[in-house]
Amino acid sequence: MSRVSIQAVSRIFETAKGQRTQALLPVDFEVQDNDFVTILGPSGCGKSTLLRIVAGLDHATSGRVLLDGAPVEGPGAERGMVFQSYTLFPWLTIEQNIRFGLRERGMPEAQQKERADYFLAKVGLRGFEQHFPKQLSGGMQQRTAIARALANDPKILLMDEPFGALDNQTRVLMQELLLGIWEAERKTVLFVTHDIDEAIFMANRVAVFSARPGRIKTELAVDLPHPRHYTIKTSPEFMDLKARLTEEIRAESMAADLH
Amino acid sequence: MSAVQPLSVTAPKAPVRRRSLAPLEPVSARARWLLGFGFFVLFVLVWAFFTLGGYVSPTFLASPVTMAKEGWLLFAEYGFHKDIGMTVWRVFGGFILAAVIAVPLGIAMGAYKGIEAFFEPFISFCRYLPASAFIPLLILWAGIGEAQKILVIFIGSVFQITLMVAVTVGGARRDLVEAAYTLGAGHKGIVTRVLIPGAAPDIAETLRLVLGWAWTYVIVAELIGSSSGIGHMITDSQSLLNTGQIIFGIIVIGLIGLVSDFAFKALNHRLFAWSFVR
Repeated sequence: MSRVSIQAVSRIFETAKGQRTQALLPVDFEVQDNDFVTILGPSGCGKSTLLRIVAGLDHATSGRVLLDGAPVEGPGAERGMVFQSYTLFPWLTIEQNIRFGLRERGMPEAQQKERADYFLAKVGLRGFEQHFPKQLSGGMQQRTAIARALANDPKILLMDEPFGALDNQTRVLMQELLLGIWEAERKTVLFVTHDIDEAIFMANRVAVFSARPGRIKTELAVDLPHPRHYTIKTSPEFMDLKARLTEEIRAESMAADLH
Repeated sequence: MSAVQPLSVTAPKAPVRRRSLAPLEPVSARARWLLGFGFFVLFVLVWAFFTLGGYVSPTFLASPVTMAKEGWLLFAEYGFHKDIGMTVWRVFGGFILAAVIAVPLGIAMGAYKGIEAFFEPFISFCRYLPASAFIPLLILWAGIGEAQKILVIFIGSVFQITLMVAVTVGGARRDLVEAAYTLGAGHKGIVTRVLIPGAAPDIAETLRLVLGWAWTYVIVAELIGSSSGIGHMITDSQSLLNTGQIIFGIIVIGLIGLVSDFAFKALNHRLFAWSFVR
């Protein structure tokens, strides 16, 4: 059974003046258990809107999203999310941030601490427990955000261009870190990006979005072996996938530009 | 004539630019202190020049020396410390009463738009009512006792605090709220674990600001129908044409205000260290 089932989900935004913009055409999509799916598309294509609908932070104009067969009604802990902006709570320390969801569900203190320690180590932030988010670099903050989402043990991890605000070197390191965690924990991940390299490197399936109004134009399986190392980015298989996706995205970016 | 005038062949001599005169250039802590203190000194010097030099009649303006002597007399002979105590008590009484009501109400308004829609128009209206204009009415209702003084402070503070807290809480970062929802927080959790802690430093700043205003109300309240307090001393001195005492009273108010402001600031820095980390 698929973990997440997106069924004819569309979204129309309406301004106060009654102007209607179709952000998403009806989208049908399935995410299997242990999938790492990237949604690739030009900016403004509605890919983040789709992710937000799955998260329950936005609502679909039509259609529905099922998680393990149950319809999604609103946001919840079983769908963890990592945002592009830095969303750590600035008044909490790194450790308290990671424990936020655990505390919310009333987990005993000792268990909270144990889990937080485990995921702190996973993202390489041992020694920064008592720092405040502002004292950390952007990459470290996003690592904390990933640990915070994972500590909650969600059924699916939703990532909205989580490395989009980072510099290139940091982004590449973060991709490897996240992929390493995924290879070890086998989480189901839905990952939105506009970066073609990132989309291929991370995923076992890439869904290409069209320009606005968004719909899924193509799906592409990525059969590169795991564990993946950054050197894979120069392999012929990778280059081939990249060439195909570049062509797809180029057409869509040009279409978006004409609007 | 050629279209474009060539720049002069010899480059103009680069002007000497003193870095210390550059805009936005910070000054050292020591220079800051000296400059700030310097103006006080200059002010007193000018004051002394006009009064001691005989350019202004002592009836209208006492000299700094007379003022200091009168100030000493106030403490030594007239128990001025009791007046100060009364005024401080009134300010804090009225202010704390206002804060106890206004902070929770402001949080509720900021968090829940229905509550905001219910109270906001009325409170916005009340905010513009001058607290001092209520004094005659309050004297009718509450007499000239403590209740009247405290109510003036209360009326002057409560609406301001409520609205400013509501704006602060309502301006919470939406992305933090969304992140909390995806971490499993419920509506109550959003209020208690995101909106309130996020707004707390700004709420404290609001309180600090309004406390400063409360000081101005209390003196007005004490000018009318009062038998104690700094404001009362000032009206008494006015009828005796004792400008030295009036000025001394004003300076004491300023000093107390300054001290309470510093204390408040220090407390905020301690309580909300996270919002001051760089």
